[in-house]
Amino acid sequence: MRQRGPSPAPAPAPADPERAASVRSIAEELSGVRGPLLPILHEVVETHGFVHDDDVPVIAEVLNLSRADVLGVVSFYHDFRRTPPAAHRVALCRAEACQARGAEATYASAADRWAGSTEVEVGEVFCLGNCALGPSGTLDGTLHARLTPDRLDALTEEWAR
Amino acid sequence: MSPVVWVPCDAAARSVGADAVADAFAAAGVTVRRNGSRGMLWLEPMVEVETERGRVGYANVEPSEVDALLAGALDGTDRCLGVVDEHPWLTRQHRVSFARVGVTEPTDIAAYRAHGGLAGLERALTLTGEQVVAEVTESGLRGRGGAGFPAGIKWDTVRKAAADLKFVCCNADEGDSGTFADRMLIEGDPFTLIEGMTIAAVAVGATEGFVYLRSEYPHAIRTLRRAIDIAYAHGVLGGSVLGSGHRFDLDVRVGAGAYICGEETSMLDSLEGKRGEVRAKPPIPALQGLFGQPTVVNNVLTLSAVPMVLADGGAAYAALGTGKSRGTQVFQLGGNVARGGVVEADFGISLRELVEEYGGGTASGRPVKAVQVGGPLGAYLPPAKFDLPMDYEAFAAADAMVGHGGIVVFDDSMDAGAMARFAMEFCAKESCGKCTPCRVGSTRGVEVIDRIRAGTQREANLVLLDDLCTTMTKGSLCAMGGLTPMPVRSALEHFPEDFGVAPATADAVTDDMPESATSTDGGARP
Repeated sequence: MRQRGPSPAPAPAPADPERAASVRSIAEELSGVRGPLLPILHEVVETHGFVHDDDVPVIAEVLNLSRADVLGVVSFYHDFRRTPPAAHRVALCRAEACQARGAEATYASAADRWAGSTEVEVGEVFCLGNCALGPSGTLDGTLHARLTPDRLDALTEEWAR
Repeated sequence: MSPVVWVPCDAAARSVGADAVADAFAAAGVTVRRNGSRGMLWLEPMVEVETERGRVGYANVEPSEVDALLAGALDGTDRCLGVVDEHPWLTRQHRVSFARVGVTEPTDIAAYRAHGGLAGLERALTLTGEQVVAEVTESGLRGRGGAGFPAGIKWDTVRKAAADLKFVCCNADEGDSGTFADRMLIEGDPFTLIEGMTIAAVAVGATEGFVYLRSEYPHAIRTLRRAIDIAYAHGVLGGSVLGSGHRFDLDVRVGAGAYICGEETSMLDSLEGKRGEVRAKPPIPALQGLFGQPTVVNNVLTLSAVPMVLADGGAAYAALGTGKSRGTQVFQLGGNVARGGVVEADFGISLRELVEEYGGGTASGRPVKAVQVGGPLGAYLPPAKFDLPMDYEAFAAADAMVGHGGIVVFDDSMDAGAMARFAMEFCAKESCGKCTPCRVGSTRGVEVIDRIRAGTQREANLVLLDDLCTTMTKGSLCAMGGLTPMPVRSALEHFPEDFGVAPATADAVTDDMPESATSTDGGARP
């Protein structure tokens, strides 16, 4: 999921030694597989929510890569977010098949509703493979179909509190 | 005896509440089995109840209706679909790759075998690699990812390459909007893919394989990983494939949200742990692919067709289809379509039959304005072109492409100019940045289309757009930059009015700037 305009992007605090140890352990554990960098970064995001800038030198050292090599990979892929996620995440598909069913209206409505929110972040995604039942999106990672603005509001009613 | 009820575990079914329906049935005390989806996605969650006549389907079931359904209250209504195997939407199709999807439990290897699974691999193990490749060549099977390259030729190149280590990589980075067959196959019948990859490995002498599966498909990732574990436990994978002495190890690698990684060389770099940047070819991946070793790279649907090719023989597969497009294609109906889902049919079926007869027109009930065939890089086609047969060559001749078989339907509220702009915008966002025509051309393309739509020096900018499209088509390293002009040009050709251009001549355009205002330096900046 990629963040855009309305999403908050608080600067992460410096990583703690505990986190560095955890990241090192993840990297060491996966360093033996072929092409280990992507599996390691996925595991870091899975465990810690995002890739901290301070994680980069740790991973680079374990894999004997330059920090630039690791950072280049982190920044290339949308999944390797570099800031902590908000409490709730909306990711709406804006690709052609969902556009054909009104995805732009849903996206505009969500972006407007949570503009400036620190609790809910609205992101875009390009195809969730649910193209016959659009507009599609994920709410905290769970796939939903036919997301009209009203249905999205109903599904996220509790978040407004 | 308590009835057995089937509730799909496919992501599309789950997206409309299938898990809650399954829970409700379980709470009601019936045996619940989770199948893949039959592909009639507008009917999901589609529940099937086992009866003496066969499995009887019920459409759009809500958790609150479970007791009523079990008591027979839906029988006789239009929600009851009768015996699913006799449903006309399915019986009309020719399911080869999707024969088991929706029928069996996805990770039940005994059911897989009972429904014909592993027959292809068992036969392949009695043949030499050369003979297996010959069967695939004879079948006429072509790459289903979009390019349509003959699989047999690719395999033979890898087979003949001398190397200690060869790979089989499955491209499951199904990022094209409007395509979901790879996902449904992996979620509904993952052993077919595993068997197809194993046959490829045996044929070319590869010992390791990877499935590059996109992170947007978490259910598919889980199902495939479970299926691979089961395949290892049953000796289909591992040190001696079905006791043959062939080693084949298979692993799933998860993409990270980069569209470009669906391009094969970019996918290989991503598998190696690098930025997913496109490689220049040659060398071709068949000779220098993953980690520089000879590598088979095929799409999910290509590899999933292989078990049937080996089980029934290449000639049987080649008997299906039309012209140089042999076998079946799994078409996917999406977007603004009344009856969306998966239609597997022999090549040669017309676009009209797919969109109007299977698809039933638009979901909104408004007239169909266009369909986009083959993903975001495919052409927009108006209903006047709907008699085109689905065939690689026929589509190419019409400046379109079959691609991965995705068909996205738009009603008359679609703005083709906005879609053309989106094609360029998406390319600009997702370009890997390695070649200039794609990286820079796409950004300039957005600007030029904006000027055309705003009426700023429209004639000059149309010339510029055409020139830009030619540069991108001929100068880009890969299909992303090379094919982005296809939706742009087709939108402009078929729907010029959406760009503010009169269909016949430009004379009718009144808000254009006078020709004298056009810059003469070859540029067209306002």
